Amino acid sequence: MTLSAWSRWGLRVFMALGLLFIYVPLLLILVNSFNGDRTFAWPPHDFTTRWWSAAWHNGGARDALWTSVKAGLGATAIALVLGTMVSFAVQRFKFFGRDTVSLLIILPIALPGIVTGIALDSAWRSVIEPLGLGKGLFSVIVGHATFCVVVVYNNVLARLRRTGTSLEEASADLGAAPGQTFRFVTFPMIRSALLAGGLLAFALSFDEIIVTTFTAGPGITTLPIWIFNNLFRPNQAPVVNVVAAVLIVLSVVPVWFAQRLAGPAAGASRT
Amino acid sequence: MSETPAIRLSGLRKSFGSVEAVAGIDLEIADGEFFSMLGPSGSGKTTVLRMIAGFELPTAGTVSLSGRDVTRLPPFERDVNTVFQDYALFPHMSVLENVEYGLRVRKVPRRERRERALRALASVRLEGFETRRPSAMSGGQRQRVALARALVNRPRVLLLDEPLGALDAKLREQMQVELKEIQRDVGITFVFVTHDQAEALTMSDRVAVFDQGRINQVGTPEEVYERPASAFVASFVGTSNLLSGAAAKALIGRDGTFSVRPEKVHMGTSGVPGTVAEVIYAGAVTRYVVDLDAGARMVVVDRDRRELRGQSVCLSWQDEHVVEIKENADAA
Repeated sequence: MTLSAWSRWGLRVFMALGLLFIYVPLLLILVNSFNGDRTFAWPPHDFTTRWWSAAWHNGGARDALWTSVKAGLGATAIALVLGTMVSFAVQRFKFFGRDTVSLLIILPIALPGIVTGIALDSAWRSVIEPLGLGKGLFSVIVGHATFCVVVVYNNVLARLRRTGTSLEEASADLGAAPGQTFRFVTFPMIRSALLAGGLLAFALSFDEIIVTTFTAGPGITTLPIWIFNNLFRPNQAPVVNVVAAVLIVLSVVPVWFAQRLAGPAAGASRT
Repeated sequence: MSETPAIRLSGLRKSFGSVEAVAGIDLEIADGEFFSMLGPSGSGKTTVLRMIAGFELPTAGTVSLSGRDVTRLPPFERDVNTVFQDYALFPHMSVLENVEYGLRVRKVPRRERRERALRALASVRLEGFETRRPSAMSGGQRQRVALARALVNRPRVLLLDEPLGALDAKLREQMQVELKEIQRDVGITFVFVTHDQAEALTMSDRVAVFDQGRINQVGTPEEVYERPASAFVASFVGTSNLLSGAAAKALIGRDGTFSVRPEKVHMGTSGVPGTVAEVIYAGAVTRYVVDLDAGARMVVVDRDRRELRGQSVCLSWQDEHVVEIKENADAA
């Protein structure tokens, strides 16, 4: 497609504006985390690493970080197992209601977090708590897994679609039993899709706040919740900046890796 | 031919939903035979191959390999190997690992595995390519890797699903000769699926011509070409001048359907009169389309190109080159 010089320039300007709109606030947080002034006077007058060391020594933030990592790993593990299994079922077998299952799996990512949160909260209260399992870290993991499954499912499904079944047929033809075929052919084929899906799932879980609010048991504070709780306490604001900056880096890295592994086609759709 | 056929198919049928892809096939393929299944796409030949390999379960009928009923056995328990149309080489393995795969999953010791794989690669003239990835090879080379990967297992039967389809004309001809040589060397049964009649005629000991899920004719290339059993075979294998109805009565002298090959027709000054409608130059030969005054159109092949368009010519042929086609009830 050829564009006139005017529309080319127009597109460039809009793209630049769009990127600025997204990334200037993020940069602001990074800069402010080094801002020596407690009220973030602008432009910054002096440079300090004081907030970074304060954040490092802040027990609440460290506990929250650790909780978030545990929740993320748990949700990712569940998502990897369930997402892979469902994608195989949907891609490799024909069964009654296959398209419906596919839709039901993808739906949680489009569902408003608040709805998922309320639903999980009431389900936990009325069904699981009476069975003796109260809300805690595990309920957060389950809540996150509901939408983490989707990204793994999408990634693996796309990979299975692209590779088809001919390699597995070739493997069986050469004498490999189904277990061997999975180990030597199928798994290596979907490995990078699993890694990409897992990284995205972890990133999704790591910055989740709505579902977490509804599913976290007493005493369970993930990093985003800790930030939210401390944001409006004047004393904590500089430390919150630092934690947010860390969160940005921690979220960008896995998404960047996932992009490189899966190629441009297999991104997620929730932030 | 030995007593037990390498492959025996009896009453073989396969339906996909309401579509009957294979509509009842009985066939015996002898040990050590180079057997081709020839037919247009959708004629059921690939489905038959996939049922022999074990990828499809027949709707009815049985598949026996060397006298043993394997109809319900999975692919990995059958002593056959396949060369796939798209080669299906494992992209994450080197050429050597690809060729070793069948031995590796059967727990052949590493040293023997390596030796046999290297020998198989040498037999398809791919020494020095061991560490390459399939993606870094040309179509013809991949084709040979696929062949070595199948042959290294010393199967009793090798199935080839349009293996030359993706190659250009020159390489095809070269691979046809090579495949034939390899088959003679290893002495195992080859079942070769193709839609290319020239390929089937060149390479095979016997050919089965498929149409609409059925076999129209089985025979040596010569039999199939010289004595086509149906109008479909006559027109699909090579080109044929089919005469029937009034034209047949006028030209041959009796009722029925007859086939005369274009290269058996002589164009000269005596015989049946007609007018040249088209002259098609094809390099080695020139085709003349002649409208006969008796009301039929015939194609004549001649070595020389002459500008005869619109001119009157006479066609003649010998009685022995006229093949009467007795249509069986189910042929098209």
